Amino acid sequence: MKILSKFFLLCAILTLVSCNKGGDDKIMVGYFGSMTGAEATFGVSTRDGVLLAIEEWNKAGGVLGKQIEIKAYDNQGKPEEARLSVEKLINADNVIAVLGEVASTRSLAAAPVAQQNKVPMISPSSTNPLVTQKGDYIFRVCFIDPFQGEVMAKFAFNSLKKKKAAILRDSKSDYSMGLATYFEKTFTALGGEIVGDEKYVSGDVDFKAQLTNLKSKGPEFIFVPGYYTEVGLIARQAKEQGISVPLLGGDGWDSPELVSIGGKSMEGNFFSNHYTTEDPRPEVQNFIKNYEARFGSRPNALAASGYDAARVLFEAIKRANSVEGPKLRDAIAATKEFQGVTGIITLNEQRDATKSAVVLEVKDGQFKYLETVNP
Amino acid sequence: MNEFIQHTINGLALGSIYALVALGYTMVFGVLQLINFAHGDIFMVGSFVGLYFIRWFMPNVEPSLLTTIIVILVAMVGSATVGVIIEKFAYRPLRKAPRINILITAIGVSLLLEYGGQLIFGASPQFFPDILPRKQIDLGGAIYLDSNQVTIFLVSFVLMLVLQFLVFKTQFGRAMRAISHSLETANLIGINVNKVILITFIIGSSLAGAAGVLYGVAYPKIDPLLGLLPGLKAFIAAVLGGIGNVTGAVIGAILLGLSETYVAGYISSTYRDALAFLILILVLLLRPAGLLGTKKIEKV
Repeated sequence: MKILSKFFLLCAILTLVSCNKGGDDKIMVGYFGSMTGAEATFGVSTRDGVLLAIEEWNKAGGVLGKQIEIKAYDNQGKPEEARLSVEKLINADNVIAVLGEVASTRSLAAAPVAQQNKVPMISPSSTNPLVTQKGDYIFRVCFIDPFQGEVMAKFAFNSLKKKKAAILRDSKSDYSMGLATYFEKTFTALGGEIVGDEKYVSGDVDFKAQLTNLKSKGPEFIFVPGYYTEVGLIARQAKEQGISVPLLGGDGWDSPELVSIGGKSMEGNFFSNHYTTEDPRPEVQNFIKNYEARFGSRPNALAASGYDAARVLFEAIKRANSVEGPKLRDAIAATKEFQGVTGIITLNEQRDATKSAVVLEVKDGQFKYLETVNP
Repeated sequence: MNEFIQHTINGLALGSIYALVALGYTMVFGVLQLINFAHGDIFMVGSFVGLYFIRWFMPNVEPSLLTTIIVILVAMVGSATVGVIIEKFAYRPLRKAPRINILITAIGVSLLLEYGGQLIFGASPQFFPDILPRKQIDLGGAIYLDSNQVTIFLVSFVLMLVLQFLVFKTQFGRAMRAISHSLETANLIGINVNKVILITFIIGSSLAGAAGVLYGVAYPKIDPLLGLLPGLKAFIAAVLGGIGNVTGAVIGAILLGLSETYVAGYISSTYRDALAFLILILVLLLRPAGLLGTKKIEKV
């Protein structure tokens, strides 16, 4: 009997401890991302951007007089792990909001959990339109694919003056399938022609069969809206098959690994992105300077988006003067003309940001800025 | 037509890599009646040995055929070492145990290599550097042959010739074939069974090591789980050709490489992996001994 009562006492203590939301002097923010796996640089860059924002805010006194703390989980690039991470963040770590993911497929898998628990989730760079349609607690600080597809279609048609396109898309990625469709819509509306459309599955390493088929159709360029690992391999194998037309893509290309895997085959290819390091605005240049000092590498657009997502959240906490789900949600939704590194962020009724996109060219292993396209 | 020829070239290159891996499966099965499930992971080890050798000893090397051959030889030695360790410590103690024990051990070794690999090399993919000068040979009619495809053909072909010579023209080969007929009898007539089995593992593993480097050159994204799918496919190729049969393994691998490429080219790449397993099921249903295998009632 004595043992039993001790056991109950222990249970009671444990319950009390777990109810204590990480102490009263801290604000817990959750982050989930692909920090290992085929899209590892996505998760790591974004996390570093989030970390930088937290450190800057904490140095300036935190938010609501409390220090901000991050709990980060790796999902290995798997949608089911992404969902599990968010469940853990909300139920075990009692975070007040969730930041993530980059890949739309994983944001789509995790969003329903945040929505059910009424915990706001801000995706830094998932561009598939369906992500924020999962519910009114799901936000994003980037543009969406109907716009991004339009940007690349117009760039190809008007700036490059190419009329015949081929598409090579990833049938397992919501991002890739969506972006390809929106690209096709605008490109054919402009008067261009899609001469070939082939698919691969993320994780594939051999794309020669699809490339051989596309080549025989004689396209003037190939649109490859995939992620950097596959894109690098595709660029290589395209050269091996004697394909000399340029490849075009979206923000999924943005990784330092793109050039290390694709090598010289990446030269002269184009992609759309959220920001360029060549932007002279002081917000951008300060961010680049601080990021380089902290992490020793040049921030890509995913790091910048992570930084913006975190700061949009902290601003909202400040305005709401509360970390309660519904109040915080309303404050995030009211974000207006926030001066972000990736542009000026105003969230619309669909909880998406309307922002301009930039087109970059891969040149001498660097991403060179070509043009800005406004929505 | 041009497309068909290009698909055929690509399929042959893929098949040649499968062939090198399939040979290891088939040789070990020939002498031990063991499906060495860790073989695909020895292939992965070959890739990583090659990668780290380049990183540590020749980081800024100019791509050339000689470099490639050196890296292949180093990877062969590395993989062979791992093969020997596995044979000595995992399989040899179980030589007299029921066959199911050693089969389960093989699966255990495979998992050990995969997840141990993630621990040592990290789970994220790494990129295999360019060690081969890249050049496209225009065969006319928009058909291209890439320098790494040529290298894959050549290296695979030479290694297979060496293997053919070893198995059919040397004393060791005769001993190996004797053991594959009957381990006990071979032992009785004075063949050092352990030594022959060890050498079989060395040869099989070093072929997998060479394949690992060739794979890295052709598809420069490598990770510790890399051996899983090619390993399974090489196993299917060995079964298709008739497991235990050296020529059969090569033919099976080439057929598999070609049919995978045709399926991806003419139907859909989604069915590429499914096809390999469909072939496995069909072979087991219709001709369990494989294309070149001899019928023998076998309980596995």
